[in-house]
Amino acid sequence: MTVQTATSPAPGRRSAQPEPPPGRGRLLRTGLRHVRSWPLPFTVAAAFLALTTVAALLAPLIAPQDPQAIDLNASSAPPDGVHLLGTDQSGRDLLSRVLFGARTSLVAPLALLLCAAVIGVALGTLAAWRGGWTDALVSRVTDVMFAFPGLLFVVLIIAVFGDGLTTAVVALALAYSPVIAKYTRSIALSERAKPYIDAYRVQGVSGFSICVRHLLPNLAAALLGYLVLMFGEVLMGMTTLSYLGFGAQPPSSEWGLMVKEGQAAIVQGALWPALVPGTAIALTVVAFNIVGVRVSDRLGARER
Amino acid sequence: MAVRALRTSLTLVLTLLAASLVIFGAIYAAPGDPAAFLVGGQEDATPEKLAAVRAAYHLNDPVWSQYGHWIGGAATGDFGRSLQYSDQVSHLIASRLPTTLFLVVYASVLFVVLGTALGALSAVRRGRLDSAIVAVTTLLSSIPKFVKALALVALFAVQLGWFPVSGAGEGFIGRLHHLTLPAFALAMAELAVVTRVTRQSMLDQYPLDHVTAARSAGLSEGKVVRRHVLRNALPPIVTMCGLLTAGLFAGTVVIETAFGISGMGSLLVGAINTHDFPVTQAVLLLMVLAYMLVTTAVDLVHPVLDPRVRLHRSPA
Repeated sequence: MTVQTATSPAPGRRSAQPEPPPGRGRLLRTGLRHVRSWPLPFTVAAAFLALTTVAALLAPLIAPQDPQAIDLNASSAPPDGVHLLGTDQSGRDLLSRVLFGARTSLVAPLALLLCAAVIGVALGTLAAWRGGWTDALVSRVTDVMFAFPGLLFVVLIIAVFGDGLTTAVVALALAYSPVIAKYTRSIALSERAKPYIDAYRVQGVSGFSICVRHLLPNLAAALLGYLVLMFGEVLMGMTTLSYLGFGAQPPSSEWGLMVKEGQAAIVQGALWPALVPGTAIALTVVAFNIVGVRVSDRLGARER
Repeated sequence: MAVRALRTSLTLVLTLLAASLVIFGAIYAAPGDPAAFLVGGQEDATPEKLAAVRAAYHLNDPVWSQYGHWIGGAATGDFGRSLQYSDQVSHLIASRLPTTLFLVVYASVLFVVLGTALGALSAVRRGRLDSAIVAVTTLLSSIPKFVKALALVALFAVQLGWFPVSGAGEGFIGRLHHLTLPAFALAMAELAVVTRVTRQSMLDQYPLDHVTAARSAGLSEGKVVRRHVLRNALPPIVTMCGLLTAGLFAGTVVIETAFGISGMGSLLVGAINTHDFPVTQAVLLLMVLAYMLVTTAVDLVHPVLDPRVRLHRSPA
């Protein structure tokens, strides 16, 4: 496709200009031409997410202070030259804490979404492929889990196994896996009905092999789009658990936990300790939702 | 119709039984002796205490009989004794349920009224106002409830001093005053959904023949919107409102914690932090029950809402 357009440009269009050389430069240029056609909110959101990811990766290099350094003389201070976003009740630098917190706050949802995807895709594909009682069993189990509204299933798991970041990640992964299983089942069912699957069957290819080597690769784009769309919600769930005290534990600077710790200062009129991490959460979720809608549209996740 | 209702009710009962089995069976999922888990968190787990818990949960009986005792007690409102408060769980719940119900009803009224109003405004006016309403409501729905809660507290309670920072208040007016911010924080995400559904459902009606017919009959635009567009757009809106109300119970967990309200949600959080499993089980069971009952009711009411079904039954 790309080679063709490079060798035979549309007549009369930029015919005087030399052809851009193939390779990296050209790729970048087509990429940038795409950027210009992106709608503004998407560009801003994507840039924000890129910035947040880089900040999380480089946190030790760019954070102005040690995120755990306590300075009781500068307790709940508003922003100034030393502490760009102010300090929390223990006088810890909020900017540094938010930067370091971005690591946990982004990695935890990513990890749990991957776990949930592995379980959900496996169950959904199994249900769609086998049909019959396997399908019925998977559907009934997911139905029972859907009977727990919101985060209540997660809360039950935490009540049994105790709180902490790992438990929260595992519990959320379990709670989100039926959602993914249901979606996978629905798209796998329509994919299974296509003739090429029958063709492989007739050739005597095993069911497992068809699923793993042919069915799933064809669903990959739609699934990826769906997962990107879910990321914001999963991040909300994770920070909510930490806010309730069930997720990340002190002295972590996970954003939800930071909001929880900063809440007490609000009553004393110090808004920064809770609002800085709160804003970080809000901006990240909004950005993920904006990017997610567009990416999933592109990957065809929402058409089905 | 009757067959459908029977099927739906049967599904409800089976799902509830399965969910209650999960909630009860959780004590066996915990590592170690269930009795030790049930008194967990208390270092002074004397043999007497363990024996008391064994007796309360009938842990020496077969598992099915234990479950039977627990669910039978729950059905009659007996959830056993709290390990933390040394009180009947049912008493704890009875003292907290009114506040949570008030909060849930208040929040539902907010999102139903404001959501349909904003959605209708969006659909009728279109253009720039429409885009603004859609953008703002979508934005609000992608901010976690606890962040919205604290932002509201910071602005309206601390800075402006219009509302109290925490607590549930006394009397109807006091409650209304105390629970306004919590209700808004609880309802905002749902408000966005109702706005979107109302807008879309109304926009779907506009190009239809019956609207054109009403217009050509000379009805004023206001009447066309109220009697024809909005009225025919109602079924999906009502269904969505019902489903969202069902989900609100779970939302109280976060909101009551953020506003320091003593209700079912904060009871659950407290029970988990103090390893008070009888309370945890009871609150979870009631929340699942409320959620399933409301969603099933919505499911049953849905065909009744459609005017064509009514006309079919009693030709006027």
